Amino acid sequence: MADLKSTFLGIESPNPFWLASAPPTDKAYNVNRAFEAGWGGAVWKTLGEDGPPIVNVSGPRYSALHSNDRRVIGFNNIELITDRPLQTNLDEIRQIKRDWPDRAVVVSVMLPMNEDAWAKHLPMIEDTGADGLELNFGCPHGMSERGMGAAVGQVPEYIQMATEWAKSAASIPIIVKLTPNVASILPPAKAAQAGGADAVSLINTVNSIMRINYDTLTMYPTTDGMGTHGGYCGEAVKPIALNMVAEIARTQETSKLPISGIGGVTDWRDAVDFLALGAANVQVCTAAMVYGFKIIDDLADGLSTFLDEKGLQLDELIGKAVPSVTDWQHLDLNYVEKAVIDQDLCIKCGRCHVVCEDTSHQAITHTVDGERRFEVIDEECVGCNLCVSVCPVDSCITMHQVSDDKEAALPWTDHPNNPMRKTD
Amino acid sequence: MADQPDIRSRRLEQDEIAANFSDLHPPLSRSEALIEADRCYFCFDAPCTEACPTGIDIPVFIQKIRSNNIRGSARTILSDNIMGGMCARVCPTEVLCEEACVRNTHEEKPVEIGLLQRYATDPVIDARMQLFSRAEPTGKRVAVVGGGPAGLSCAHRLAALGHDVVIFDRDEKIGGLNEYGIAAYKTVDDFAQTEAEYILAIGGIEVRNNCALGTDVSLTELQSDYDAVFLGIGLGRSNDLGVDGEDKDGVVNATDYIAELRQAGDLGELPVGRTVVVIGGGMTAIDIAVQSRRLGAEHVHMVYRRGPENMSASTFEQALAQTSGVTIHHRAPPKRILGDEYVTGVEFETDDGKFVLYADVVFKAIGQHLNGIEGPATENGRIVIDGWHRTSLDKVWAGGDCVIDGDDLTVTAVQHGKLAAIDIDRHLGEQ
Repeated sequence: MADLKSTFLGIESPNPFWLASAPPTDKAYNVNRAFEAGWGGAVWKTLGEDGPPIVNVSGPRYSALHSNDRRVIGFNNIELITDRPLQTNLDEIRQIKRDWPDRAVVVSVMLPMNEDAWAKHLPMIEDTGADGLELNFGCPHGMSERGMGAAVGQVPEYIQMATEWAKSAASIPIIVKLTPNVASILPPAKAAQAGGADAVSLINTVNSIMRINYDTLTMYPTTDGMGTHGGYCGEAVKPIALNMVAEIARTQETSKLPISGIGGVTDWRDAVDFLALGAANVQVCTAAMVYGFKIIDDLADGLSTFLDEKGLQLDELIGKAVPSVTDWQHLDLNYVEKAVIDQDLCIKCGRCHVVCEDTSHQAITHTVDGERRFEVIDEECVGCNLCVSVCPVDSCITMHQVSDDKEAALPWTDHPNNPMRKTD
Repeated sequence: MADQPDIRSRRLEQDEIAANFSDLHPPLSRSEALIEADRCYFCFDAPCTEACPTGIDIPVFIQKIRSNNIRGSARTILSDNIMGGMCARVCPTEVLCEEACVRNTHEEKPVEIGLLQRYATDPVIDARMQLFSRAEPTGKRVAVVGGGPAGLSCAHRLAALGHDVVIFDRDEKIGGLNEYGIAAYKTVDDFAQTEAEYILAIGGIEVRNNCALGTDVSLTELQSDYDAVFLGIGLGRSNDLGVDGEDKDGVVNATDYIAELRQAGDLGELPVGRTVVVIGGGMTAIDIAVQSRRLGAEHVHMVYRRGPENMSASTFEQALAQTSGVTIHHRAPPKRILGDEYVTGVEFETDDGKFVLYADVVFKAIGQHLNGIEGPATENGRIVIDGWHRTSLDKVWAGGDCVIDGDDLTVTAVQHGKLAAIDIDRHLGEQ
């Protein structure tokens, strides 16, 4: 079995799976259970300023996007940062780190935009023996209305300023957690880097309203009849997160910035996605909140097995796929693929035909020689991959290259139809 | 050989009988239905729809279950098949829609279309929710003879199109084979009447019970009194075996006993033979054999003259008989009925010689034939029709089991009634 031992900013953990700062890491009881189950680390649920405790709603905090068999596809929450006294959290963090010296214990923190607050609180946290700090610049609900969380993460100057304050107040590594509720992830990432962040973690949750209540025609869920947007997470947000991770990893200026990947990691393949696209470890919340801590078994075992099969070390996987990510304008327009339907695997549902017929290029038959038969009409197929995407049978429809490898690549940058093309 | 036949009631305790005659396929729960609906691939030109004699748009009704649009789902079903509720219970789906399901190719387990159809239609019928309204009155009157699936389907469609309909039914209750013929465990809780009432509730349909064609009303009378006539009279007579001893006491038409069973207030009171021999290989044979076992018959033999591949009962039905404890014998035509006044057994003749099965009761289930009708041309004992169900007589249409391509299925009868109604409407509109 491949060794999953992970080192992130010098923080060691037996595997690269940390629990994200969220309800599962709110107190020692939960974190103990997580570490007993085998989690490599935990980012403690966000601590705030010392003072009167945070007050949460006592109506619903969570809601889910379900499949018909009630599988949770997406998840939404309006919970705030920890509502327990600061000292209670600090005492428990100290104890947990003492009890579990081989696990990563990072503490999430959210403070007002004044330097004194950072100077006062960060040493208190560092004193617990915690391995690192994660600055919560991402929480999109509640706290953002008070000028914290995403309200900071959406303004690069604030990110840089707060990161600088944190760096000067603490000696342990600083991870800046980014919000996806921005037009581009690069300015916030660059700001964190400029402020001295040791790493970034992303994504935090996405602004979201789950649905309405079809009986009352009010948004769902509500607290006493009124609702507010929450933060969206779970499997449904993974593609958004992967893009943002890859953007940071492939941009030269930020490419050296270590990334902790977050967003919809549910099984080991999701972790492989994040790692290959540039994350050095991953954080998980929703999957644990949906299934419990036991999912760490498949996450760790699956990743280890995968590495064995690929003959890779964990470090070698990190960033492996980044060079394959580029801008559209660099894609080779001379390269041609077409779909091929394996008639032995085809179950004749006809979905490929009808979607191609109705919404694409009319490139798949429904009848051949009087028989129900679905075949690609090569002359019409543009290789769009829609049929592959909708086919219910794995590997029944595959894309095959038909262009000649010897033909020179022709990206849009050089294309004759491009008025802005580069000319010698 | 017993001197006296061993026939008596109450062979089983009341609760055993109740369990034996409970719903053969219990309805799906909401969770089961949603999960099953998710298995539908929403196929293009769906093979299941192609395989449905009434052409129900199955992917669409399942999609509507998935989106919790149950009323819309029921409307999709019932607009093509007003007896979608009964068909969900009695259709041999394993040789129709579910056989065509592409999931068979994928994983050898079709979507449970029949059960989903029931899931969508039950709440609407239970709530007596009318999904269809009548068109403007046309002033035309149509006589429908026979209140079975073909007749009710025809009457409903005609009423919806604005015509007034009178159904002439020979029985006490409307419903035909749905009421008197289908195995009890396939249509529990008096569903046949519930559904018939639901169909009639569209309005514009008058029902005259105990009114048989030929005795109480004549076809020529109907032809002159009504703008059109639809014959959905089924096959009223059971076929004879044509062997010696057939007239002995204890040799019974299966359909007669099933009708009695369906109307019994207390199934435990029905007389049941200890050893029962059923002759035939179709659905009726299966139904009488299984119901006999479930009433407490100790030994039930079902004897068919040809091989299993020739049986008109589906493989599911054959398996149902076997798991119910029925012994099926193949390739054994009956030679003669044994006994004096009362039957004592049946002698069969096979390629390997003769054998005798002793019996307290013998059921004949080798098909039915048309209860002689004056007027329309017939062929092989069934009424000849064209593609739009017109008979050889002016203004007379026919459908269901009584016509030449009737295949004894409820769903086919429903389609016949529907097609005839569409053509009758077209015909009346041209007048």
